[in-house]
Amino acid sequence: MIAYLTRRLIQAALILLGVSLITFALLYLLPADPVRQIAGRSATPQTVESIRQQLGLDQPFAVQYWRYLTNLVSGDLGRSYIQRSEVSELIVARLPASLLLMVGAIVCELVIGLSMGLIAAVKRGSATDQALMVGSFIGVSAPQFVVGLLLLYVFAVKLGWFPIGGYGTFSHMVLPSLTLGILGAGWYSRMMRSSMIDVLRQDYIRTARAKGLAQRAVLFGHALPNAILPVIAMIGIDIGMFMGGIVVVESVFGWPGIGQLAWQAIQRVDIPIIMGVTLVSACAIVLGNLLADIVAPFIDPRIKLR
Amino acid sequence: MTSPIAPEISAVAVPAKARAGVWRRLVRRPLALTGLVIIAITVAGALLAPYLTGYDPNEQMFDGLTLEGAPLPPSATFWLGTDLLGRDLLTRILHGARTSLIIGIVANGAALLIGTLVGITAGYFRGYVGAALMRFTDLMMAFPALLLAICLAAVFQPSLWIVAMVIALVNWVQTARIVFTETSSLAEREFIDAERTIGAGTARILFRHILPHLLPTIIVWGTLGISTTVLLEATLSYLGIGVQPPTASWGNIIFENQTYFQAAPWLVFFPGAAILALALAFNLVGDALRDILDPTQRGRA
Repeated sequence: MIAYLTRRLIQAALILLGVSLITFALLYLLPADPVRQIAGRSATPQTVESIRQQLGLDQPFAVQYWRYLTNLVSGDLGRSYIQRSEVSELIVARLPASLLLMVGAIVCELVIGLSMGLIAAVKRGSATDQALMVGSFIGVSAPQFVVGLLLLYVFAVKLGWFPIGGYGTFSHMVLPSLTLGILGAGWYSRMMRSSMIDVLRQDYIRTARAKGLAQRAVLFGHALPNAILPVIAMIGIDIGMFMGGIVVVESVFGWPGIGQLAWQAIQRVDIPIIMGVTLVSACAIVLGNLLADIVAPFIDPRIKLR
Repeated sequence: MTSPIAPEISAVAVPAKARAGVWRRLVRRPLALTGLVIIAITVAGALLAPYLTGYDPNEQMFDGLTLEGAPLPPSATFWLGTDLLGRDLLTRILHGARTSLIIGIVANGAALLIGTLVGITAGYFRGYVGAALMRFTDLMMAFPALLLAICLAAVFQPSLWIVAMVIALVNWVQTARIVFTETSSLAEREFIDAERTIGAGTARILFRHILPHLLPTIIVWGTLGISTTVLLEATLSYLGIGVQPPTASWGNIIFENQTYFQAAPWLVFFPGAAILALALAFNLVGDALRDILDPTQRGRA
């Protein structure tokens, strides 16, 4: 286990190094010039040059990348070009809002997805099953910004049940979480359905039925706990999906998280922030995958860590 | 190359027959049939776009706005209403179908090609090249796809072809992983060993033997991938970094009109429904194809 963990952590570190290199190279090659963006249109060539030197952007690629990496080791993600503050502070300030949104989304996708999958599996082959599976297809095919705008229109503008946007109370959270969670709910309902069908076919379920247990006791006492675990273990992998989704959902709902931070930074060519958010996202994805792999053998002892 | 088993005959003859069977089984499933009908309608709408309505997609009509300059709701003249510039929404949606389909086919085709090449090379040749390719694939998987696409699209001056390229660069990864897994297990099977023993060259083994076995996987992922691609293009265009106006795209119709969406929700609803329908259609067909073509799932419900 420890050898496995060490190896995986080294792999994760290498992947993050690669991610930083690729992102840095992409942003280095980009045609939009951050210095012009900072200096403004009316700046003289001298001003532009002096800003370029101040930021060290006149240095060769290898020098710039090396400086970024050495700072990174000490937890320094650099300073924003435009907001005049530390990137790490900006990210730390915005992260709680995004994490809150993701927790909300996980709750939504699990509650909706698992119950849909459970009902579909129990009523397998019926019209209900068919309808639920069409629903799950709609969930994975619906563009998040459209879902967000429609929920806003119906529940905020027309019915007035929830605020139109913003951040702060529980009711602010409902629509953004639901929007971010619907895609996942579609996936979870399909996974839950097949996991449950698989479990219901096992011998111990037949035994439970044979000894005369009621349907409810068989389903909730024996089948559900076994079927639900492998599905829940997938949460780690969701993180990657969320990291892209929050850019869209936060911009639809005006949610002050790192998705909006990234989106504003991309529009203003604020490279340190783009780098920082990409690295934080990649870290989250790599850790999420690692977590999913580590919990797998605890859930299903037939899986061995290699 | 002649061999007593004559593998060419089976390799050519069987798929032709199987293809007819797949098609028949596909249209027998109600969900897949629904998907096929939606795709057919979209293709027809895209091809016949200039002839189906009497309007030009970019014509800003004087009678297309209210006296206060607001968009018109659906009516007998403008079936789906007009947008904020007084253009006919139905005409723009029909032309938007062209954008979605072009991106869906080009971007997804390119992603499929890159993914298959990387996967086959890494799976068949192994060694340093294979290991390096798969480590690179792992690396790409650590990028949040949408964020990467947004970065790339914002960096380049977006146009239809740049957007297609960005989507291809982000979407090849899953295909590469699956093709890699399948190729590496195929490469160890006896019939491939047998081919090598009778002196078949690498190209022959790859194209006559490995590729035909990968075809079902490629078809399934190709179909499902179009759905992902359509959604990604819509999202990029909605953020304003995808296909640029005045070229109509379902995503940028919503982007342009979203300031009006409280007063004129149809401007979000109709293009949104179009995106959903097309993405759903390819998902339904792809899922049915997976059931029909995937040999490991055969016999299961």
